[in-house]
Amino acid sequence: MEGGVVSGAGQGYAARPVAASGTSAKTETWLWIAQRASAALLALCVLVHLVTIIYAVRHGLSGAAILERTQGNAAGLAFYSLYVLAIAVHAPIGLRTLCQEWLGWRKASLNWCIALLALALFAFGLRAGWAVFAGPA
Amino acid sequence: MNMLQVSVWRGAASGGYRSYEVPRRESQSVLDVVTYIQRSIDPTLAYRFACRVGMCGACAMTVNGVARWTCRTHVAKVAKDNAIQIAPLANLPVVKDLVTDMREFFDKWARARGQFAPRSTRKDDFARVASGSPGRVAADAGIECIGCGVCYASCDVVSWNPDYLGPAALNRAWTLVNDVRDGARRERLAAVAGDAGCHACHTHLSCSEHCPKNITPTASIAGLKRAVALAAWKGEL
Repeated sequence: MEGGVVSGAGQGYAARPVAASGTSAKTETWLWIAQRASAALLALCVLVHLVTIIYAVRHGLSGAAILERTQGNAAGLAFYSLYVLAIAVHAPIGLRTLCQEWLGWRKASLNWCIALLALALFAFGLRAGWAVFAGPA
Repeated sequence: MNMLQVSVWRGAASGGYRSYEVPRRESQSVLDVVTYIQRSIDPTLAYRFACRVGMCGACAMTVNGVARWTCRTHVAKVAKDNAIQIAPLANLPVVKDLVTDMREFFDKWARARGQFAPRSTRKDDFARVASGSPGRVAADAGIECIGCGVCYASCDVVSWNPDYLGPAALNRAWTLVNDVRDGARRERLAAVAGDAGCHACHTHLSCSEHCPKNITPTASIAGLKRAVALAAWKGEL
């Protein structure tokens, strides 16, 4: 063990370039609030969603039988729209934090990519919700 | 004689562990071990201590991978197979051997607005703060911090985000947010908000787990999160 050069001490302190992504403390605070609020909403939505899935599987419902129940169901569409909104808010904010902490990506480009992801999640989610509401085209 | 196998970090950011044999004694602290090496084996070993009794926090080091006060850590408590490994605190630049540069750590206290900003002058009467008042109780819970840096070295978020203010600075800010005599609440909440502040905390509780003073910086940071969110809600941020 005598004098062998290994890295280890002072670990965690690396002179990494830290470029702020340019968001203000105020915006960061609101993002934090939005993520907590959407998490609370998700806790409820995921529960309802899982119970629905288990119900459908336990009763051996076919795809057609499920669509029969979802088509024209405004309450179902409203619920899944809310669910999609909560996902589109929650997931990108969390992913943004991961990118900042694990990849060291702290540029403004991150914010644009995350905003794009949020829009995509929202659009594709709504499209799926609408498809089961409106039925086969 | 029973000898303790001690592996000590030598060098700065790059360097290596060097092995020493130190006579095992009764009620021996890790600081005793480091002192023995420096005085009896290798006088070039650099380390830092002052009070030896857990009041100053200067002797904090990484012992077997965990940040601790070496003066208050018995060898018997941490030795495995009669061996211990001693390194400088993590998350801080190493000056030499076991000595870290604490400047960034304390600069962050200033950045978190850790300075008391009095609302009254010397001409005013003494402020009377009831010992059972909620603000006083919250401030008292965090006020005993002596700035040893153990929490900072134990924090994952500091290692991921070098800008993160860290548990000690945020804990200090929380004691002042609860101090009714202080007049800089708004500026302080703005200073601790955001990506480098309280919202970055993942509640891993490493700081609270390892604080030698049994302070819970995680609770202080959670308090700041609530206070900052409320301020944002009221448009005061």
